Amino acid sequence: MSIGAAGAGGVVGGGEAPHVLAVDDSSVDRAVIAGILRSSQFRVTAVDSGKRALELLGSEPNVSMIITDYWMPEMTGYELLKKVKESSKLKKIPVVIMSSENVPTRISRCLEEGAEDFLLKPMRPSDVSRLFSRMLP
Amino acid sequence: MEYSNLRRQTIFMKKNLFDQGFLDEQFNQLEELQDESSPNFVEEVVDLFFKDSSRLLTNIEQAIDKYPQDFYRLDSLVHQFKGSGSSIGALRVKNECSVFKAHCNDRSLEGCRRSFQKIKREHATLKQKLESYFQLLRQVGPREHAVSSRK
Repeated sequence: MSIGAAGAGGVVGGGEAPHVLAVDDSSVDRAVIAGILRSSQFRVTAVDSGKRALELLGSEPNVSMIITDYWMPEMTGYELLKKVKESSKLKKIPVVIMSSENVPTRISRCLEEGAEDFLLKPMRPSDVSRLFSRMLP
Repeated sequence: MEYSNLRRQTIFMKKNLFDQGFLDEQFNQLEELQDESSPNFVEEVVDLFFKDSSRLLTNIEQAIDKYPQDFYRLDSLVHQFKGSGSSIGALRVKNECSVFKAHCNDRSLEGCRRSFQKIKREHATLKQKLESYFQLLRQVGPREHAVSSRK
């Protein structure tokens, strides 16, 4: 299994599989998230920073959801969320924040800024089915 | 029959890893993601962890020996270590990282040193045990260990 590149998509709901952008500076977590998403038939691109995420979003228009870690060096998930929501091109893309810490103020700040959801790590397959049944057609 | 004996051994080994607290439910979650298209998913993720963690352990060791101590940086490094350990279900490693973080919070260098020695021991033990486990699984064959034996 190739970790990091977009995998083959299955057909979901009559169209192409949704493309999810996963952002996490931890290679282990990227692999776990990608594995969970692919087993649910999503196409995944996993990148290691907010900067790379924005580069990709600039060139790849068809991203159905962004899942990002909160704590990352240089640009946090919160900062990435803000940049996405400030962009007229990107603001409609749902953004989910993940964190290993349950900090209520952090969670409400992210939700206020427009995050769809806040997940506690480690990510589980049940988190994914819960998210996507709500968010994607 | 040799095959079922090997299979029994893998089940027993895995049960021990759980019973002795080396692994938690997250490991099962990862095993359940294995299928024909990614038959070695867990081993690949575990390999990533041990590559990543070797680097982190070196950085933590250097940060501990540095003077003056930067507890903020130490905490941040161990936080990363704890996070990836938790992602593969490395329970003992994760718990010892929590102890370490508490010592950082208390700004106790001695506490951090002691805890770090424990983290290194747990890390080394887990590595050895998982290497044996995956080696045994390889002998059993790919199909069998795609299904979790512990629900």
